[in-house]
Amino acid sequence: MSDVLQTYQQRLLETFGGSTSEHAGEVTIILPAEKILEAARMIHDELGFDFLACITAVDYWPEENPRFHVAYVFRSLAQKLTLQARAPVPGIEPSLPSIESVYKNANWQEREVYDMFGIRFEGHPDLRRILMPADWVGHPQRKDYPLGYEEPQYSFNFDEIKARKPAPKE
Amino acid sequence: MTQIQEVTLDEIRHLVSDRALAGETMLLNMGPQHPSTHGVLRLLLELDGETIINCIPDIGFLHTGIEKNMEAKTYQKAEVMTDRMDYMNTVGNNFTYCLAIEKLVGLDVPPRAQAIRVILAELTRIQSHLVWLGTAALDVAAMSVFLYCFREREQILDIMELVSGQRMMTTYIRPGGVWRDVPVEFESAVRDFLKIIPRRIDEYESLLSKNPLFLDRTLGIGKISAEEAINWGLTGATLRASGPDYDVRKFAPYSGYEQYDFDIPTRTEGDVYARYILHIEEMRQSIRIIQQALDKLPLGPVRSNNYKFVPPPRSEIGTSMEALIHHFKLWTEGFNAPKGSVYVATESPRGELGCFLEGDGGPKPYRVHFRAPSFDNLQVLPKLAKGHFVADLIAIIGSIDIVLGDIDR
Repeated sequence: MSDVLQTYQQRLLETFGGSTSEHAGEVTIILPAEKILEAARMIHDELGFDFLACITAVDYWPEENPRFHVAYVFRSLAQKLTLQARAPVPGIEPSLPSIESVYKNANWQEREVYDMFGIRFEGHPDLRRILMPADWVGHPQRKDYPLGYEEPQYSFNFDEIKARKPAPKE
Repeated sequence: MTQIQEVTLDEIRHLVSDRALAGETMLLNMGPQHPSTHGVLRLLLELDGETIINCIPDIGFLHTGIEKNMEAKTYQKAEVMTDRMDYMNTVGNNFTYCLAIEKLVGLDVPPRAQAIRVILAELTRIQSHLVWLGTAALDVAAMSVFLYCFREREQILDIMELVSGQRMMTTYIRPGGVWRDVPVEFESAVRDFLKIIPRRIDEYESLLSKNPLFLDRTLGIGKISAEEAINWGLTGATLRASGPDYDVRKFAPYSGYEQYDFDIPTRTEGDVYARYILHIEEMRQSIRIIQQALDKLPLGPVRSNNYKFVPPPRSEIGTSMEALIHHFKLWTEGFNAPKGSVYVATESPRGELGCFLEGDGGPKPYRVHFRAPSFDNLQVLPKLAKGHFVADLIAIIGSIDIVLGDIDR
């Protein structure tokens, strides 16, 4: 890992507090969720990471605090550096500031995280569902959301399954 | 899940201008079943006569929950789902996912497998660009290019079938290498293709590059500046048409791309025509890479011999006890990946295709997320389309090279 990236990470940790975690040579800095917008401004304006590659989230259910980690991948095209950051979010009314004002493409990425995990992004101009239908109930990527499947019907349990199979209403 | 929520007008009022509410402008629905939306993209257009005031993309019609489904399968079995995301870049999707697994568990890939991966990924790029060129030209009413492009694409699909038995959904690249070595006819088949394709690319160019009808429809349409393009997270030819030379193959070389000599073509205009020129140039660069990779294709194994992650060869199973145990364990339980997450990106024909993969110590991925290039490229469409005519919107959608399977996953 390059020294420049290390000094950047140190600077972010000194300014905002937090910790680091490492796997397979990739260092991820874990920043407090409520300061993510200021951190994003610093990452963009001062450290020169002009490109946001990806925002996603991970659900650590049944862990409650923090239940979610929102993961960010920033890139600096001129310096050829990649910075990974995470923000832990609690399970009850999860929310954190939106970074849409700094990186324009965070708009849809945050909408997808909201759609899939139900994490609200404060200050987002248009926080609607994006992939699921607008009237969908629940957030599919949460770990407590069941992966639906159809029960195989054999002759011995045909009627039993037919009775509880969802059918279109009259 | 049958409960229907009512959406009030207030929740979506901010999407259109005030003039729409006063009835001065018209709201028009375009898609999702529209031939020029390249799949199932729905656009809500706010029009003042022919001019687009607002464009609101509505996606998700192809959402199949691939990320959720992959969490319920072992690492190896989940791979077949990645083919189905971006159906124009099937090899590239496998490639990205396998690189992520290899990084997560720390698995080495033999040089021969790396070179084969590069050749197939570049063939897929040409194949995808041919389909793009055909359909994007069709959108601006150049019918014949479409037919020529599909003729050459068929040859690439034949090569795919030769190596994997499948034309599109190959799943040929596997964690730790590739499924099996390429057949002996592979090299001559690729060389035959390389022999004809440069002349054919010149032919496509002669049909379009100086065609006044094509120039009228593409020059100066859907412009975006370099700073804005980076801020909007554009990648691929859509970004490079504006100036930045960001290409993951050069930014963070993977699978031995650093040993090949190729250029990253860029333009500065940032319009539809610049994107068209870049697609053509990228095909030429891909030919260069394939040529070099084929010339120095190393000999040797095509799969890692770490049998904790890679199934042992069939011939060993009959004679070796360990091989039999490894085979049985891998196809029943799968392999365990350590706790931790990685983010790996490759250059897909459309831009940066990233895979965020997190393991929890078990045999199934804890979280898989794909950073789809089309997803971010489509996001900028309202900005590109504003102020243009509806007919230009068709050219713009074509030029940003989206695949809806990639966007909705």
